[in-house]
Amino acid sequence: MSIGTNSDSISCSLQRMAAMLLRHWYLLSGSWTRLVELIYWPAVQMIMWGFLTQFLAGKTSYVAQAFGVFIAGMMLWDSMFRVQLGVAISFLEEMWSRNLGNLFVSPLRPGEFAASILIMGLIRTLFGMVPVSFMAWIFFDFSVYGMGLALAAFFFSLIMFGWAIGIAVCGLIMRHGLGAESAAWGAMFLILPVAAVYYPVSVLPGWLQAVAWALPPAYVFEGMRALLVDGVLRGDLLFGAFALNALYLALGFWAFMALFEAARRRGLLLGQGE
Amino acid sequence: MPPAPGTSAAIAVAGLAKTYGAADKPVHAVAGIDFTVTPGSVTALLGGNGAGKTTTIAMLLGLLKPTSGSISILGTDMLRDRHHILPRLNFSSPYVDLPHRLTVRQNLKVFAGLYAVPQASARIEQLAEELNFAALLDRPAGALSAGQKTRVALAKALINQPDLLLLDEPTASLDPDTADWVRSLLEKYRREFGVTILLASHNMSEVERLCDQVLMMKEGRIVDRGTAPELIERYGRRNLEEVFLDIARGQGKAALEAAPA
Repeated sequence: MSIGTNSDSISCSLQRMAAMLLRHWYLLSGSWTRLVELIYWPAVQMIMWGFLTQFLAGKTSYVAQAFGVFIAGMMLWDSMFRVQLGVAISFLEEMWSRNLGNLFVSPLRPGEFAASILIMGLIRTLFGMVPVSFMAWIFFDFSVYGMGLALAAFFFSLIMFGWAIGIAVCGLIMRHGLGAESAAWGAMFLILPVAAVYYPVSVLPGWLQAVAWALPPAYVFEGMRALLVDGVLRGDLLFGAFALNALYLALGFWAFMALFEAARRRGLLLGQGE
Repeated sequence: MPPAPGTSAAIAVAGLAKTYGAADKPVHAVAGIDFTVTPGSVTALLGGNGAGKTTTIAMLLGLLKPTSGSISILGTDMLRDRHHILPRLNFSSPYVDLPHRLTVRQNLKVFAGLYAVPQASARIEQLAEELNFAALLDRPAGALSAGQKTRVALAKALINQPDLLLLDEPTASLDPDTADWVRSLLEKYRREFGVTILLASHNMSEVERLCDQVLMMKEGRIVDRGTAPELIERYGRRNLEEVFLDIARGQGKAALEAAPA
């Protein structure tokens, strides 16, 4: 008689997700290169934008008035990019190690698998970005925490969008194999020009502005500038971002599940890997 | 071997088919097979490369969606309700691996969590003793030899003490000593726990030794079935390997039976 048969209970579902988180914790904690990499790239970016901000602050009144708008933009953008990348890499770790077959024959459900890699994406992002935010404070006297609760709203809004893109990318890789691996690194940069990270949406051509307003990051970064430059918290922009994020997250999950089923139809879950 | 009266089959497959490719150029990986497996028995899927063994096992596990047909496992409709029954199954296959950077103990702990195994640490120690890899528990899975990996993969397959074990080429790439050791272990598990085993193999002596029922597959179909002695007698051969060659090459009795009257 098999053991552990009460698989349908919520507690078991949490246990399965905890097991997946444990798997990724073992991987991260056993590899200092993976840990360093989480901090390295955001730190390099922050230092570069920090010096640029110092330089521009002496040249333009805009930057002098709102010192840190570029550093905050960079850190929020990188949080979104890192969470998307974290989700995709957590998935790719299973592909690289040819472990998907083992996982999907276990009682782990696709939704639990997806939720666990989303949480891992967030953990990896926090592990990288929190130290970098303190580095910005120490080196450039800019505290992103000065934005108060609005920072949490901006951050989680961007995390939701990073999750949405990340989980859709995982579905794409599952369906098309490691040939689609580059999507993990490149997908988010497709929207960088219209995300309004470093400049307002108004500088874009009219038709591109429509594209920008169809994506949550534009709302977040316009809201961030309104707070840092004008000292105004724009609730309308935050609401718009969260409403769109809910839509994109639902679409991301739908795409993942549809591509999972397509992979099952084509027999791609067994034997994928390097 | 039909299930005993009053006992439902551990596996019941009817009209199972998997077709790939375009409608005008279909490739029938599995072309409508039927079989049952009695609880507590060992059944072999035997056939050459591309016969459809791995495809059949993948469909039984739910990793691959059939084009048509039905699969009942331990009384549960696998196509409709696979998550209900997955805690009672497990498998090992040369097509999957355990994460190389995790130690053996870490890997087994993760799967113990996925299968909700109580007292996981004790269960892992017990399996490590039984499968003779206690000294390897804290070694990275990627640093193991092929034989050691097979033992650890078997431990993963046994972690939840499954009622049904699906094994794809369980002794592939093992030296004769290790392969013999694995066969003894499977016999022991079947004897002690009544586990039902379905295995795909190319190894005829393994099948003769372990299996109560042999399903001979060729080009996606079950072309013959029976116990190993029945098949050997039916084909007038000395061993299962000769039967296999007859069927694979369409020679001897197999060719005569396949020929039009």
